[in-house]
Amino acid sequence: MAEPLFSVRGLKVALPDMTRKPLIGRAPLAEILKGLDFDLPRGSVTGIVGESGSGKSTLGRALVRLLEPSVGSISFAGRDITYLAEAQLRPLRRDLQMIFQDPMSSLNPRRTIASIIAAPLKQNGLGDNLRDRVAEALQRVGLPQSFAGRYRHQLSGGQRQRVGIARALALSPKFVLADEIVSGLDVSTQAQILTLLERLAAEMGLTVAFISHDLSVIRRLCQQVIVMREGRIVEASATDALFDNPRQDYTRDLIAAIPLPEIDAGWLDIPSAGKPAP
Amino acid sequence: MDEARIVRRGAGPRLWLAGGWLLLVLLAAIFAPLVAPQDPLAQDLMLERLPPFWLDGAEPGYWLGTDSLGRDLLSRLIFGGRIAFIVAFAAAIAACLVGSTLGLIAGYFGGWADRIISRIVDIWMAFPPVLFAILLVAVLGTGLSSVILAIAIIDWTRFCRVIRAEAMGQSRMDYVENARIAGYGRIGIMLREVLPNVLPSIVALLSLEMGIAVIVEAILSFVNLSISTDDPTWGGIIAEGRLSIHQAWWVLVFPLITLILTVLSFSQFGEALKTRFDPVLR
Amino acid sequence: MSACLDIIDLSAVLANGQRVLRSVSLTVQPGEVRALVGESGAGKTMIGKAVLGVLPSSVRIVEGDMRLEGEDLGRLQPKARRTLIGARTALIPQDPLTALNPSRRIGPQMTDRLVRILGWSGDKADKRVRQLLDEVQIREPDRVLRSYPHELSGGMRQRVLIAAAFAAEPRLIVADEPTTALDVTVQKQILRLIAELQREHGTAILFVTHDLGVVAKISQKVSVLYAGKVVEEADTATLFASPQHPYTRALMAATPRYTDPFASLKPVDETVLAGLAAEIAAADQAWSRPHG
Repeated sequence: MAEPLFSVRGLKVALPDMTRKPLIGRAPLAEILKGLDFDLPRGSVTGIVGESGSGKSTLGRALVRLLEPSVGSISFAGRDITYLAEAQLRPLRRDLQMIFQDPMSSLNPRRTIASIIAAPLKQNGLGDNLRDRVAEALQRVGLPQSFAGRYRHQLSGGQRQRVGIARALALSPKFVLADEIVSGLDVSTQAQILTLLERLAAEMGLTVAFISHDLSVIRRLCQQVIVMREGRIVEASATDALFDNPRQDYTRDLIAAIPLPEIDAGWLDIPSAGKPAP
Repeated sequence: MDEARIVRRGAGPRLWLAGGWLLLVLLAAIFAPLVAPQDPLAQDLMLERLPPFWLDGAEPGYWLGTDSLGRDLLSRLIFGGRIAFIVAFAAAIAACLVGSTLGLIAGYFGGWADRIISRIVDIWMAFPPVLFAILLVAVLGTGLSSVILAIAIIDWTRFCRVIRAEAMGQSRMDYVENARIAGYGRIGIMLREVLPNVLPSIVALLSLEMGIAVIVEAILSFVNLSISTDDPTWGGIIAEGRLSIHQAWWVLVFPLITLILTVLSFSQFGEALKTRFDPVLR
Repeated sequence: MSACLDIIDLSAVLANGQRVLRSVSLTVQPGEVRALVGESGAGKTMIGKAVLGVLPSSVRIVEGDMRLEGEDLGRLQPKARRTLIGARTALIPQDPLTALNPSRRIGPQMTDRLVRILGWSGDKADKRVRQLLDEVQIREPDRVLRSYPHELSGGMRQRVLIAAAFAAEPRLIVADEPTTALDVTVQKQILRLIAELQREHGTAILFVTHDLGVVAKISQKVSVLYAGKVVEEADTATLFASPQHPYTRALMAATPRYTDPFASLKPVDETVLAGLAAEIAAADQAWSRPHG
């Protein structure tokens, strides 16, 4: 079996808990991730699903090393990146890209689209033929060339997210973290963005960690799924196996809670009415 | 998709009115020797307390009248504008450079840098500013440069506080995180992603600060702590006018109007510039 | 018997003359749940706000009637209208955090409305609120009533708001995306709760949502909105069995379904959007002729 792109062992992350910060002194640390082990095979799309507080976003940020783990190891392409300092990480950055949830907040309002896409190129020594590279990036995500000179507020939500994808893929990275990238979009736009990402991931052979709260979307896009709850992995398996034969009650509940767009009179009444809900 | 964007218009008249007045005063100040109808220091007791041109007893060439020593008020105001603008520009820019830099560092880097800078700002702001200024000038000695220095030393905190808060908000934006993903260093991110977004506020504050500097200078002149007593300053003229309010109200009123218009124009000009040149609000 | 809510040909414009509601008509019968579904900018929240009389000042109603249990809201004096709306309607808001005042305890925030608008005594209001908290399955009413909003979880806060909405026995509840901010498992509990209370109390609900899945589970009737226009309205069962309008069909095909991953998530076809644009333009032209 080929060596996985990411190999994570015993990963723990603790962050300061500002809600318990005393008047004077430091906030106590709260453990957000409580020991995770998993691999991300090369060229695969892995869904990371969980409800709020499950730690899925923290996990994503630890993978691209926006956060430093407290315990454990993260190896990327055979190299231990767990505790690399910012300067040591810089050469690796071109292979570790990220698409953000809120394209409004991830695009600098005072920069043109061209300048936003060009920034990672320039910083990673691909500053030659910048114009062509930006044009190629725009074309890849199906945006007209005329958008190069625009600002983020002149774009629709779906177009903004296309720019986010164009920026992340401009460097032809090995890995892309997609953090809830469609949760702010309308269904019609969501379908466009997801099929775009699906196509590009396949074409470019990307390894993708797809963080989402929406299992329906994950089933379509991902080859395997990691289900998280309260900082731990509940279940990790191939997508079809997870849906057809969930091994954990929590996974089963999560799937059963999705309201499908079809009439199902019994859906609301499943765990006998009258009994207190958990 | 632009429904969330409330278009802020109407910067036009504000910008032009305020800018026009400032330009007028600025030009008059620069070319003071050419435009001033009289020598601002020439005393002539024959001409004392001449009223402005539309009242009986006015003399041609003394448009706004004369003071109790027979000096031409308009000329004194024009020459006073020189000092006012030199102080405004020099002091405001100095305060801005110091305050904005520290504010950016505190807001973006956070941690101990923020703690130290914020604490200094707190201590600084505990002093009443005017008293602080008088004290500083008393220590530094009177003169143009000590007035400028005093204002800069006192008012850098205004920039620091506002820019710190804005930089802090910016540092939580995803594009700042993305710049790390793109491989930028901390200083690079601060200059590339954060600074452009706080620049409109810096410009607005800078203009506001110029107005404040004009006032502080006037106050210092008023209490006779500014420049040598010979040079006409707006504050100095006001102080003199106060003594002769019953005989010659114009010596007090005209410099006051000039001062208020100038200060108001600076603050409005800054706000208007901010709205006008902000691509987000535009 | 008259309908609980009857909206007839409601049109609204922004200050710049742009139409945001385009001759919207819809009816909510007593005790029924009508879903109002559409994407952002469809005007679904705007309709809810119009019913509750809380439209932002930038939006102006230029035409149409709204009747609450047969009473024409447009004919009433502002004060009488406020009183009527206050007594007969309630809102379940989208964001349970901003809907509650962070610096006041839950208890007084819940009883306020009963005491101030309905003129109940404090004791009666308190009893009623506790009864409702029990109905929304809050087991420690004392603790919850003494809490500040930030001390409760998102699902708990939404329960509190649901209890508050039902407490005054309104005839109509406007539910504005009440589960959008919640996790799926919590969403399911909350939907079940709303359905149960709705059935028990016989309350009519105007349920604003963007999620066709939620529409299918909670509503009996549905209106599909696009750009402030009702493009299709039907019994919920009929709509899902045989959607008529191309836009409705496109929305259904775009909505992801884990049971059928590759038949769902279909991007909306350009021709559908072009057809919609033409439909809106034609409607606007027909409308603007008599309205100058």
